[in-house]
Amino acid sequence: MWDYTDKVKDYFFNPKNTGVLEEANAVGEVGSISCGDALRLMLKVDPDTDVILDARFQTFGCGSAIASSSALTELIKGKTLDEAMQITNQDIAEFLGGLPPEKMHCSVMGAEALHAAIANYRGEAWADDHEEGALVCKCFAIDSALIEKVARENHLSTVEQITFYTKAGGGCQSCHEQIEDILAAVNGSAPIPVVAAKPAAKAAPSPMTMVQKIQKISAVIDEMRPQFRMDGGDIELVDVDGDTVMVAMSGSCMNCQSSGITISGIQERLMLTLGRPVRVVPASMPQAVGV
Amino acid sequence: MHSAYMDNNATTRVDPRILETILPYFSTYYGNPSSMHSFGGDVGARLEDARASVQALLGVEHDSEIIFTSCGTESDNTAILSALAIQPGRREIITSVVEHPAILSLCDHLERHEGYKVHYIPVDRLGRISMEAYAAALSERVAVVSMMYANNETGTIFPVETMARMAKAQGVLFHTDAVQAVGKIALNLRESAIDMLSLSGHKLHAPKGVGALYVRRGTRYRPLLRGGHQERGRRAGTENTTGIIALGLAADLAVEHMAYENTMVRALRDRLEAGILAQVPYAFVNGDPEHRLPNTASISFEYIEGEAILMLLSRVGIAASSGSACTSGSLEPSHVLRAMDIPYTAAHGTIRFSLSRETTEADVDWVIAQTPPIIEQLRRLSPYWGANGPILTDNAFAPVYA
Repeated sequence: MWDYTDKVKDYFFNPKNTGVLEEANAVGEVGSISCGDALRLMLKVDPDTDVILDARFQTFGCGSAIASSSALTELIKGKTLDEAMQITNQDIAEFLGGLPPEKMHCSVMGAEALHAAIANYRGEAWADDHEEGALVCKCFAIDSALIEKVARENHLSTVEQITFYTKAGGGCQSCHEQIEDILAAVNGSAPIPVVAAKPAAKAAPSPMTMVQKIQKISAVIDEMRPQFRMDGGDIELVDVDGDTVMVAMSGSCMNCQSSGITISGIQERLMLTLGRPVRVVPASMPQAVGV
Repeated sequence: MHSAYMDNNATTRVDPRILETILPYFSTYYGNPSSMHSFGGDVGARLEDARASVQALLGVEHDSEIIFTSCGTESDNTAILSALAIQPGRREIITSVVEHPAILSLCDHLERHEGYKVHYIPVDRLGRISMEAYAAALSERVAVVSMMYANNETGTIFPVETMARMAKAQGVLFHTDAVQAVGKIALNLRESAIDMLSLSGHKLHAPKGVGALYVRRGTRYRPLLRGGHQERGRRAGTENTTGIIALGLAADLAVEHMAYENTMVRALRDRLEAGILAQVPYAFVNGDPEHRLPNTASISFEYIEGEAILMLLSRVGIAASSGSACTSGSLEPSHVLRAMDIPYTAAHGTIRFSLSRETTEADVDWVIAQTPPIIEQLRRLSPYWGANGPILTDNAFAPVYA
């Protein structure tokens, strides 16, 4: 059984705002045929103020799909359409105290139904633009569709590259075989080993000055930053003490349940680059004094 | 509150008589059966008793035709890889679209990475295998056929004996994954054309972690695990002594209850199906009504989703499983139901109730009483469902699909 939070269970067993809303003037109907979820969201919008006066839903789907739908109606009631548009699937998941990675798509469906309903109210066309594949990386909730897309668009050929671009495979690494298979399919060739042998790493370790070392570490962190920013967070180098690297994480990375995994991902990458063991520890950024 | 365990195709409770018998083999007679001291006690002899019991359950000629393994999956992998290893010139495999992942994932791997050609034989709406497609796929290029004896989701029984004879006529090895059939269907492999058969202990009231592979004498064989001399060198690794002893006892008990399984358990299953279908509209039973395991009921409830049903069933103490693989980490509906061309809206709402000799009439009545209101409750939430049933015409729910 899934590890659902008590709030998910509560919203499933006792869903709020279910059924048909007769006076609805905005309706969104979305679904995902492969995962078997479908949702009809009905809103009653005040034409003068654009405020959502009432919201109800009907859902064909699993426990978390029903809970996500119900959570969505609670989140948007009383908001204006513009305010409601700001709600993301993360907000729905957070409202429920989190969802298992395999079930994040339920919150995505909620956000899509909202956008579809608002488009319906405004007389606009709405098209679903996200693809959905089988979940590959359970640590970071990355599915095959995203890995395929990123690999194709960026001409990626190694698991390492996929991890840098999408984070997939950067945690427990159990999914590396699946990522290799996706890469083989995309590139139409035999799978490429996870980490290509690096002659540089085998060479006798030449003494590195502290400055050179910090430059290298800094370069790695800069390279990985875009991923963190994509997820609404950031990471910065704070200090280096021997083989201990201190980093500060901010934004959504800081509270992310997988920040431990993220750190181990950086650590792996640093060890590859430096060719020696290092330890990455989270630290807070020293506050500027007197400003 | 009453509770009812209706998930015996997933796993069964260890029979208390078995548990009691094996406990001393953890605490007192814990020696290695290969050792020369007395701590092994009679462990070695008990392993041979177990082999004889499994031999009797399967009706095989020689006890040395039984190889103990760790599970059904290991037995399946061993059988197929052995068949391929001894016939390097044959580069094709025949199996069905509704096999267990233990077979399908292996075949997929062999196809994509080892260059084998795999024939996946289709099934019809009732889960019956296409004998025409099977006959057409057989040739001297095929190394092995692997066909499940009975399907884990629907209970549909394949005509494996006929298929084994057809394979034999072409000189093709025949393996069957009989994990769900053993203990529920009387077998007599002595008279059979089946070359290899897999079984799993925990489906018949032995603990998890023990299985067996039958390999007919005279069948060339290559081990999956090499190492020590255990199992006459055909499956290296220290024996799971407690598991094997338990499997032997489980085999004895299965022989004893074979008639009960096919009369009383079948009657309870039929009562369950009839009781639910009498109260719930837009629901149907899956599988071949003529050839089906006596303990399995696969019921599709249209317009609602399986996991939601399971969560509500679980709240009233009923353990069942979903035909949709949603609960097992994959979000696709069951490959078995999709292969049978069951529509998505029904495949997603399929629940498997699987009984055992421990299931009581009270259990069945509890399920019959609790299930209909749960289905009704979820249908009230479903966009496909109106006040008087499914909305199929005007105003039908038509979501934008990803």
